[in-house]
Amino acid sequence: MGNHSDGSPNHSGTVATAGQNEVERFQDPGIPPHRLRLADTDPKAAKRAERQVALLFGISVVGTLIFLVTYFAIDLGDDSSIATIRLQNALLGIGTAFAMLGIGTGIVHWAKALMPDHEVSEERHAIRYEEDRQAAVRIVDDIVEETGIKRRPLIRNTLLGAVALAPLPAIAIFGDLGPRPDDKLAHTMWAPQDGKRKRLTRDPDGTPIKASDVTIGSAFHVIPEGLNELQEGKLNEKAKAVVLLMRLDPASLNPSKGREEWGYNGIVAYSKICTHVGCPVALYEQQTHHLLCPCHQSTFDLTQECKVIFGPASRPLPQLPIAVDDEGYLVATSDFHEPVGPSYWERDSHERSVNS
Amino acid sequence: MSAASTAEPAFVAKTKTGRITDFVDSRVGGSGILREFGRKVFPDHWSFMFGEVALYSFVILLLSGTFLTFFFDPSMAETHYDGGYVPLKGVEMSVAYSSSLNISFDIRGGLFMRQVHHWAALLFVASVAVHMLRVFFTGAFRRPREMNWVVGCVLLILAMAAGFTGYSLPDDLLSGNGLRIIDGVIKSIPVIGTYISFFLFGGEFPGTAIISRLYMLHILLVPALILLMIVMHLFMVVVHKHTQYPGPGRNDNNVVGYPLGPVYAAKAGGFFFIVFGVIALMAAFFTINPIWNYGPYDPSPVSAGTQPDWYIGFVDGALRLMPGNPYGWHVEQVWFGHVFTFNVLLPALVPAGILFTVMFTYPWIERWITKDDREHHVLDRPRNAPTRTAIGVAGFVWYSVMWAAAGSDLIATHFHVSLNDVTYWLRALFFIGPVIGFIVAKRVALALQRKDREIALHGRETGRIVRLPHGEFIEVHAPLDEYKRYKLVGFESPQVLPAVPNEHGVVTRKEKRRAFLSRWFFEDRVAPATPAELEAAHGHGHEAVEAAHGHGHEAVEAAEGSKSLTH
Repeated sequence: MGNHSDGSPNHSGTVATAGQNEVERFQDPGIPPHRLRLADTDPKAAKRAERQVALLFGISVVGTLIFLVTYFAIDLGDDSSIATIRLQNALLGIGTAFAMLGIGTGIVHWAKALMPDHEVSEERHAIRYEEDRQAAVRIVDDIVEETGIKRRPLIRNTLLGAVALAPLPAIAIFGDLGPRPDDKLAHTMWAPQDGKRKRLTRDPDGTPIKASDVTIGSAFHVIPEGLNELQEGKLNEKAKAVVLLMRLDPASLNPSKGREEWGYNGIVAYSKICTHVGCPVALYEQQTHHLLCPCHQSTFDLTQECKVIFGPASRPLPQLPIAVDDEGYLVATSDFHEPVGPSYWERDSHERSVNS
Repeated sequence: MSAASTAEPAFVAKTKTGRITDFVDSRVGGSGILREFGRKVFPDHWSFMFGEVALYSFVILLLSGTFLTFFFDPSMAETHYDGGYVPLKGVEMSVAYSSSLNISFDIRGGLFMRQVHHWAALLFVASVAVHMLRVFFTGAFRRPREMNWVVGCVLLILAMAAGFTGYSLPDDLLSGNGLRIIDGVIKSIPVIGTYISFFLFGGEFPGTAIISRLYMLHILLVPALILLMIVMHLFMVVVHKHTQYPGPGRNDNNVVGYPLGPVYAAKAGGFFFIVFGVIALMAAFFTINPIWNYGPYDPSPVSAGTQPDWYIGFVDGALRLMPGNPYGWHVEQVWFGHVFTFNVLLPALVPAGILFTVMFTYPWIERWITKDDREHHVLDRPRNAPTRTAIGVAGFVWYSVMWAAAGSDLIATHFHVSLNDVTYWLRALFFIGPVIGFIVAKRVALALQRKDREIALHGRETGRIVRLPHGEFIEVHAPLDEYKRYKLVGFESPQVLPAVPNEHGVVTRKEKRRAFLSRWFFEDRVAPATPAELEAAHGHGHEAVEAAHGHGHEAVEAAEGSKSLTH
């Protein structure tokens, strides 16, 4: 850049000269002179613009016709193929687009080419006039005076009290929006029913899984036995009970004290519901033994009892204790030993009561 | 009254249209309204169109949304699909999902209307956001428009609420997982989180109530509030009259532009059709939310690369960036037997909370720092308010980092880099990005101001190279006409306001803080060029001309001076 002595940049690159504002300023030269457009001076150009506008409006008519023809000519029938739908969607869209753009561009072209383009200046008015303000104050004073609210504090205070309390029913009446949470979040369908342990079954068809079906490296998406037969609340139960079943080399599992018997021959089952905000932890990286949640990338290490090794989750995935029944099918020996899914305020006390 | 009627005979319309108009006018007083608004002046600038885009997208949302309500059934009752889309035939799903599929496959034009509705929704939030950026960077939020800025902020939140409630309605797998995330975030709220979750979903997640509840919010409550806010917004625009960009003939006491009728009304009205047409084109050719690919909601599966609609992205991205166990320390804490889920609470609430708090209060923050309580109707060019521009860019960068984080997995797969590395970089940028953004934006703004000075004082580059007699080449600069020059020099350049003692002669701590911020705000400034400076610069110019003719040693001296023209 140039090195000027005309009062511009000093070394810091900026000017911070005191009293700069006192120096005379440039005068506003006013609105620039109006420049005529071609259509203002040349009747031929004006005529041409007129025809262009009419043409654009005509294109709009064509668009409308395209829409109508498409609507009535393309029959969706009973088994509409994706191709038919796509064609219909495209043609309806093109029709609408031409119909709208024709009108829009036509009007704008008309305004820009043919309507007067003189800029005009209008004075702004004060938003509030002092006279009005004084009148308003007088009116309010009169109103307050006539109600007598200042002289009768009893009325004022009882009214304030009544108005403050009156909205409470409006809040209370929403009390039946949902049931109390109680300890619903602490339990899942996996708890043995009448002493019968629930089998692990495949998601979504519900067929039971034999331990011998689970080869090393394989993974199963699992739901509890009986889930598909539920008449009510199926999705609610499923949202808590889904489990991932994996088998790896027993030597690579490092069960902590008390959890040695929770797996079977290298087969382990973990809750599929992320402890972060509840997405299904659906991605199993077989080579690294990592489980990855596709929503927020929390990563759990299967060889460390699903400890969090990356991402926003803070707690490991809960493990489901499993065993094999007489017929060789995998069963859950008990419910989870802690609430599954995202954390909540009462979670810790629920966990303690589940384990007591 | 009778005197008036005798003095002025009652108006009798001649044509049929005239009689109808007169009938209405004499009963509602339309003449007065037309007299007030018919020729009202509106300034014209392309950046004023963003607000219009927002308004028009909303109208299109109302039109297309009304159509969709005729066919959509928000029930979560179970049904077996029996519609035109073969791959899902017989699949168990909710009535809501089934009816969304029917709209797409069995109602002629239904898919088109769904696509128009979704694209218009995305455009609505986007145009509101861009409009707000325009208002921020040009200082249009200053007195008397602070309240309208707040209404605009509320509109942004409502637009996001409208989008999210609508996004969840089809009850497909993708939006169901979005609701699941919302449920997880709600459950992290201390004390009442579990209850709010149960009340919202009518029991445990997902329950059978949420879709019909969201539906009611989506088609009644939220649009009604948006409409109310739009009415307030436009009412205030009329009261304040529109702002205008600085330039010759424009000042804080006037408004320069085109009259509403016919030019401005035609342009604005025509623009509605253009917005509609563009949305129709997008709906025709770009698939949005192909719910038939996702399948019905089921808590077990999830597709990789899940993404929320763009405007929720920054919250989702913040959730992704938060480490759950940094250096082995558990962010989730149990205190007094209760769970504090900070790994969810902090990212979900803090960044959005900071962004919206600063946004809502910014007009008052700047007014306090600058002590500028005057009415402003002439906008700032962003370069002429470098610190404000820098603050805006810092906020924008911060938002963008979080937004990019919502696509961290897609960034990793598309660019074949490690997902973990992407997250580490974005975590760093979350803190450093706004700082870099601030510094760069401020320097760029100051540089542009200096460029303006250069051009105002020395004219524009002509590209014409002249060789001087002693061999030096110079580029000839052409002076600006006074109108173009005024645009470059006609701005205010406020200065640092030092701390002032109050009426007791004491400089309060608050005032000291204000003075500190004032220095931070205004210490780097480029003053507008003055006529005296222009005179001095012209002096150089004349010398340069002489030099071009070449007169002895004078030419050498002049060549020194003419350097100011040559860079």
